Amino acid sequence: MSVLVYLVPMALLLGLTGLAAFLWSLSSGQYDDVEGAALRILDNDDVEAQAP
Amino acid sequence: MAETLDLSVFVKRSGDLAHMELAVEGVGCAGCIRKIETGLKQLPGVVDARLNFTNRRLAVDWRAGEIDASAVVDALERIGYHAHPFEPQRAESEEATTARSLLKALAVAGFAAMNIMLLSVSVWSGNVSDMAQETRDFFHWLSALIALPAAAYAGQPFFRSAWRAIRTRALNMDVPISLGVLLALGMSLYETATHATHAYFDSAVMLLFFLLCGRYLEHAMRRKTRAVAGNLAALKAEVAHRFDAGGEIVMVSVAALKPGDRLLVRPGERVPADGTVISGSSDIDESLVTGETLPRKVVAGAPVYTGSLNHSGALTMRVTTAGAGTLIDEVEHLLDKASSARSRYLRLSDRAARLYAPLVHTTAALTFLGWLVAGGSIHDSIITAIAVLIITCPCALALAIPTVQVVAAGALFRSGVILNAGDAIERLAEADTLIFDKTGTLTLPEPRVENVAAFAPELLEHAARLALSSRHPLAQALAREARTRTPFPGAVEEPGQGVRALIDGSEARLGSAMFCGAADAPELEADVSSIVFTYGGKRAMFAIRQRLRSGAIAVVQVLAASGLDVHILSGDRAAAVEPVATALAVTHWQGGLKPADKIAVIETLKHKGRRVLMVGDGLNDAPALAAAHVSMSPISAAHIALTHADAVFLGERLMPVRQAVATARRARSLMQQNLWLAVIYNAIAVPIAIAGYVTPLIAAAAMSGSSILVTLNALRIRARSRVDVP
Repeated sequence: MSVLVYLVPMALLLGLTGLAAFLWSLSSGQYDDVEGAALRILDNDDVEAQAP
Repeated sequence: MAETLDLSVFVKRSGDLAHMELAVEGVGCAGCIRKIETGLKQLPGVVDARLNFTNRRLAVDWRAGEIDASAVVDALERIGYHAHPFEPQRAESEEATTARSLLKALAVAGFAAMNIMLLSVSVWSGNVSDMAQETRDFFHWLSALIALPAAAYAGQPFFRSAWRAIRTRALNMDVPISLGVLLALGMSLYETATHATHAYFDSAVMLLFFLLCGRYLEHAMRRKTRAVAGNLAALKAEVAHRFDAGGEIVMVSVAALKPGDRLLVRPGERVPADGTVISGSSDIDESLVTGETLPRKVVAGAPVYTGSLNHSGALTMRVTTAGAGTLIDEVEHLLDKASSARSRYLRLSDRAARLYAPLVHTTAALTFLGWLVAGGSIHDSIITAIAVLIITCPCALALAIPTVQVVAAGALFRSGVILNAGDAIERLAEADTLIFDKTGTLTLPEPRVENVAAFAPELLEHAARLALSSRHPLAQALAREARTRTPFPGAVEEPGQGVRALIDGSEARLGSAMFCGAADAPELEADVSSIVFTYGGKRAMFAIRQRLRSGAIAVVQVLAASGLDVHILSGDRAAAVEPVATALAVTHWQGGLKPADKIAVIETLKHKGRRVLMVGDGLNDAPALAAAHVSMSPISAAHIALTHADAVFLGERLMPVRQAVATARRARSLMQQNLWLAVIYNAIAVPIAIAGYVTPLIAAAAMSGSSILVTLNALRIRARSRVDVP
């Protein structure tokens, strides 16, 4: 059972990382406009700007 | 536009930066976002412009002094979008904060539930094989380490609400929930400390997770409808022409008007505020106020009400607050009475909680006593009693009603009904009597040309295009028939008389019979207005009147067939109500009613035990809307009616009323089904718990199973409503 010594902390760490990532995405306003985000990706502005 | 638009009430200043929020009309595609944002950023001084596509709102920041708010609106107009500035309501921003904290709680509960389940599954399988006691204890302590802080954080919405209920000596569903969670955690902690086999950390946290899912969805639905309602209110908000100190006319938003302001109301405009006429005379169409379709003559000194339509002459008016004896004063007085008299409706879920909580707690107490009497140890008796509380913790019960409400509100939203009140669905389903107002509710808010078919298409098109150049309400009704939306060049409007223009070299006139040289025209019925068109020797007389909403006859028929007793109560003259009642085959109708009379009718029906659904739009309907068991308004309704209606429907058809009733009834039957499902679940699970056979595995399986079952059942409303929509 010595495998638990690193398996359990690793599982907790992974879970906490996911939680932290979600809370960060929430506080940075990524869920404020979910429909808009789906459409903004279709905007080619950035690609056109790079094209010669 | 020569006049300047003063929007300063909507602008928020912070240092050098000015900020404004706008509701934008007609945003429908990916291109719109870019067009609006890049278009605005090209304006000098604009720092940031960001369009929220989800709620169709635009936030603009600019350096104050370089441009002003109206430049932003003008720029949007040039790009091709109507935008209406608005002030976000405090309730809305508070709800945004609540939604965020609910989502955080949900995330924490989800994280905790997953990690504890990881440990629990190991313990369950270890229990049937060869797990050492030390390992099991270690896993239990680890679960406690995750569960306790997670429950302390994620359980707050429930603990707070339960505490509020207990302090006011009431019971809601959150009381048994909080008790169940706290007891489960406390008992598990004790069991862990005494090296026992079972701990219920997983059940407690999973319960919180499921309940938070339901609560968040409910909240999100409410926020979505509120945002749309807020936008609609902003789109409706009108501007007023105010005389400033120097006597010049400035356009201001209606929100900025104060008593004492002097306003100009031109023909074809709506009166922006209540007040008295200072100078000028005109005919005023008060159909949105009283339901009366015949225009009223007003001269200096006469009161005018918000929402009335000015027909013929320009008026100067002074804004007043409601004076004693005016219609507004009477309506407000009645509203106060009606709102306070409205018996506080007890929601289905609260009624269920009132029955459920004492029952569950008594069962737990009896289990404890029963085990003691049967010779069990105190420890075993307490453990079993707590197991009963955990297994009965109303997970499915607490989800049974909100999930149906969320799905039903979504279905209604798609068919054009926006709910204002959370319990509107339940009350709609109970309605057995339906009262319609006539003007603006059964009929369209704008009058239409009745005898279109009687004229040659070319003549009609000429008349309609000429009508585009006039602001008179009758001409605007005619202008709706125009297929080409370009007015004739050089058209001249003579105020109070009509418009004329040269079409292909010969003169065309549109207006009063006098103006068109047709004084010998025949008189029409009382509720029909006419407008005459002459061109090249031909003459046409268009009859214009309020027309029934399309499909009204079929909708009223279906509603009557579904067991609703349909009445029409109108403020309009009886002579004008009768043809409508006949067309709709409604036998119970009354005309010429004052606001107090409408309430009186509703009260009599209430005394007979009827539950009344009132559908109305006028200022005079507002008290009746508040007094009825449940109420609906079309979006074209007067502001005060909109705020007192439980639901608002969009569009020109009456269909949404039918759909609202049908969906609400279906939702109610699903709610009852769900409650029964929860009862059946308890009937199976509780005996097992009383007998002392509940293991954490059984608790977890039963809880998630029943929650998923009621949620799936709620989704069935969706399948049905899709079929319903033609």
